[in-house]
Amino acid sequence: MGYEGIGASVRRREDLRFLSGRGTYTDDINRPHQAYAVIVRSPHAHARIRGIDISAARSAPGVIAVFTGADMAAEKIGGLPCGWQVKNKDGTPMAEPPHPVLAIGKVRHVGDPVAVVIAETKAQARDAAERIAIEWEVLPAAATMEAALQPGAPSVHDDVPGNVCYDWHLGDKAAVDAAFAKACKVARLELVNNRLIPNAMEPRCAVGEYDAATGDYTLWTTSQNPHVIRLLMGAFVLNIPEHKLRVVAPDVGGGFGSKIYHYAEEAIVTWAAGKLKRPVKWTADRTESFTSDAHGRDHVTEAELALDDQGRFLALRVRTLANMGAYLSTFAPCVPTYLYATLLAGVYTTPAIYAEVKAVFTNTVPVDAYRGAGRPEATFLLERLVDIAALEMGIDRVEIRRRNFIPKDAFPYQTPVALQYDSGDYHRTLDEALKAANWDTFEQRRAEAARRGKLRGIGISTYIEACGIAPSAVVGSLGARAGLYEVANIRVNPTGSITVFTGTHSHGQGHETTFAQLIADRFGVPMSQVEIVHGDTAKVPFGMGTYGSRSLAVGGSAIVRASDKIIAKAKRIAAHLLEASVEDIDFKDGMFRVAGTDRVKSFAEVSLAAYVPHNYPIEELEPGLEETAFYDPKNFTFPAGCHICEVEIDPETGEVEVVNFTAVDDVGRVINPMIVEGQVQGGVAQGIGQALLETCVYDEAGQLLSGSMMDYTMPRADDVPCIQVGTAVTMCTHNPLGVKGCGEVGAIGAPPAVIGAVVDALRDYGVRHIDMPATSQRIWRILDAGRQRLAAE
Amino acid sequence: MYEFAYHRPASVAEAAKLLAADPEAKLISGGMSLIPVLKQRLARPSALIDLGAIPDLVGISVTATTVTVKGRTTHAAVAASAEVRQAIPALAELASHIGDAQVRNRGTIGGSIAHHDPTADYPAAVLALGATVNTSRRSIAADDFFTGLFATALEPDEIVTAVDFPIPEKAAYVKFPNPASRYAMVGVFVAKGPMGVRVAVTGAGANGVFRHAAMEEALAKSWSPEALEGITTPAEHLNTDIHASREYRAHLIGVMAKRAVAKAG
Repeated sequence: MGYEGIGASVRRREDLRFLSGRGTYTDDINRPHQAYAVIVRSPHAHARIRGIDISAARSAPGVIAVFTGADMAAEKIGGLPCGWQVKNKDGTPMAEPPHPVLAIGKVRHVGDPVAVVIAETKAQARDAAERIAIEWEVLPAAATMEAALQPGAPSVHDDVPGNVCYDWHLGDKAAVDAAFAKACKVARLELVNNRLIPNAMEPRCAVGEYDAATGDYTLWTTSQNPHVIRLLMGAFVLNIPEHKLRVVAPDVGGGFGSKIYHYAEEAIVTWAAGKLKRPVKWTADRTESFTSDAHGRDHVTEAELALDDQGRFLALRVRTLANMGAYLSTFAPCVPTYLYATLLAGVYTTPAIYAEVKAVFTNTVPVDAYRGAGRPEATFLLERLVDIAALEMGIDRVEIRRRNFIPKDAFPYQTPVALQYDSGDYHRTLDEALKAANWDTFEQRRAEAARRGKLRGIGISTYIEACGIAPSAVVGSLGARAGLYEVANIRVNPTGSITVFTGTHSHGQGHETTFAQLIADRFGVPMSQVEIVHGDTAKVPFGMGTYGSRSLAVGGSAIVRASDKIIAKAKRIAAHLLEASVEDIDFKDGMFRVAGTDRVKSFAEVSLAAYVPHNYPIEELEPGLEETAFYDPKNFTFPAGCHICEVEIDPETGEVEVVNFTAVDDVGRVINPMIVEGQVQGGVAQGIGQALLETCVYDEAGQLLSGSMMDYTMPRADDVPCIQVGTAVTMCTHNPLGVKGCGEVGAIGAPPAVIGAVVDALRDYGVRHIDMPATSQRIWRILDAGRQRLAAE
Repeated sequence: MYEFAYHRPASVAEAAKLLAADPEAKLISGGMSLIPVLKQRLARPSALIDLGAIPDLVGISVTATTVTVKGRTTHAAVAASAEVRQAIPALAELASHIGDAQVRNRGTIGGSIAHHDPTADYPAAVLALGATVNTSRRSIAADDFFTGLFATALEPDEIVTAVDFPIPEKAAYVKFPNPASRYAMVGVFVAKGPMGVRVAVTGAGANGVFRHAAMEEALAKSWSPEALEGITTPAEHLNTDIHASREYRAHLIGVMAKRAVAKAG
């Protein structure tokens, strides 16, 4: 056994079962006497339901039941709740229209669930679903934010005229106006942050079961946070008390945010299982994933940056429209507000910032957090604007960033948009990235590419993000309807092996390895003696799950706190066994030692004594060795870094190839460098996907044109270069590990670096900005227009 | 997938008889297009007639003038054939870039051309090389075979048994893949040989694969990429979708054609 503690690139323990097909995903769960649900979904973006005739389906072979929204309403089943309330500028709450589990009266997007058919087999349920006759009154759709905000636009919700969910702002408008009035230069940019469809490898799935003997419900579901689902579904939708409802999220094949939310199908299978007294399974096909998983991003923004004559940022003004889709998904309202506008200072000393965000309902799939959630939108906007300011002022892109960086001696640094950064060294991440990417010799590579007929460009982003969400009191004051602490329960077994129950959930992040390394490091035991348990509300204390790169910063901190409690108690037991004073006991490498002597007890011996307390300080200490810690973070954490991208464009076709990518990130202390590298690479691949390939397209009628893998361009292995990943660490100052988070940095840092490179490659064509995705067609149009302009001259 | 009857005939004659007896039946060869359509419930055939048990339908033979690929020969087999690589390297290379490894190991030439997906690769080779499509009842010239989008000259009960490719002097295929599906968004096959100079375009045409007369004329005069300079493609009969407008496709036809000629040497 080599070193397994903090800093070791231990291979992921979970990979053997994933790579050899031995994982247990929700669809692998099959219960005795199980029935199958198929959801009938709206083919229309916006329509009134005049009638539903289920008689033919009800009598079809194998059909057990057919339910519609009316059946759920008759049993007073609640709508899907929203977990965050944002307030308007005037202090009034946002519009929060109902989100029925099955549509009632009207459908609001293609894919909106209308009915469920439950049959003996999935094929029978599908056959019967086709026999449901729905009489539609098709209504005009508000398929885009532009359409939804037109006077006289169709109302997505009848009681939300104008389709505005909220009109929110942050920052000091007067200070910003004053700064603009005296600015030497104003850089302006209008941009679209393209809408994305998450497409986790594993489609969503849910299995509901009801035990008539005990009255207990169980839901197996593809979730990033089973306790949150239990709370939302039990308390707000189905009215099942928590002690009678168990939610299990077993192996989950990717989430990227899309599996945070409480979805209709979870409530449907649980409720139906109770009614039918049979387990009910629903598994999405890929088409359903496209039309029912929450989408991501989808902003339209105008921004202005005021600068002095030296290129120093004086103020930033931002106006953003954010698409909510047809209903408010669980955390949708906070994404374009508290996870977006609060990041608009970036890594810069901009003294005044004012942001206005209008959230808009449209007849599209709900939009919610997707890897990065608000922070990629803020970063893309800011970094593009900084590039444009540099271009228009004739200042080098690197130099303008240096002039505006928050210096490393300025921490803790209070931004004008609410956040207080605890640590960072932005010059260092920049310097290391420039060096690793050979920035200084780029012009040679550009010239060499030109000889091959290619247009080569280089782009840079210096980003920051906020993760480790979050201090409960802070998010509560901002409208969160949940606490955001994390929990760990550590159970030392009698022979000294250790079981850790964590409230976080691993769906690709490698917690079973990283957390076991933490324990191995803390207790001096081999990783083989450590089991990490997550994803089951019947086993784990109430935890908040995994999203926002929070698992190590918040969940790992809870593990440290619980470990400290275990060690404190074990020292008292060891002191008794060694007949020494507890102050004299050292614990190191798995051995309790009376300081300065050779008198020792192993961790296993102490553990056994705790459970076989024959020789034990029973008067002052309870037997057993098990501790729980709930850790509520003091602040967010602030990973930051520098990403540099080089592209080559084929001027004949407009094709872009990413030829080099360098990421130097400050993610705080690194527990497992290999896992961090993998997280950064995955994030960068998604960032390249957003920048060059992916986009969700609806037509004017609200039909999804990019509704399959035939038309939605996911990044593939050959779209992504070999990514050079480095870290330049400053410690987080407020959590016990000094960790910050690494899950989202790639998706946040990459897009502006890629687009910056594309724009740089096209510099001779008069391009200052190009919206994402920079597809070959979009670039060809620019090239073609440029050539035609040249020909005309 | 809806329910269907399943037949596995042992001869072409038997397959043709089954097909003639049931107008709602469909042939299945590799199934690389049909199975996804069935899974999505977009087709409801009464029966599938699987050609997989007919040994006569598999194999490649090469003479001094002709490469013959039997109908149920997989793309992988064509791609790996030393004889095809020697005789018509462009054909082997085209086959090696269809779909992915799984598709190439299942998908067949007969299935591909009988389906005539407008974004498929093989139709471009068949048309540009002036191949002859042999069926259970006759031989059809390539120029007469592809009649429109997902349409061919095949009668409802006719089965593709083999394709004869005259060996060209020069040939090459270059495609610009659709970024999402990786099917051809524009694919151009150029050939010079016993059938003359021929240029076939797949992926772009609103009616499926088509020959490019202006390019053929120019290349017949001078076989060089430069000969294609200034030759445009009228956009009105081209496809348009979220990935490429008609104009972009028209432009790409020119670029891919030049690259194909350069590659053919």
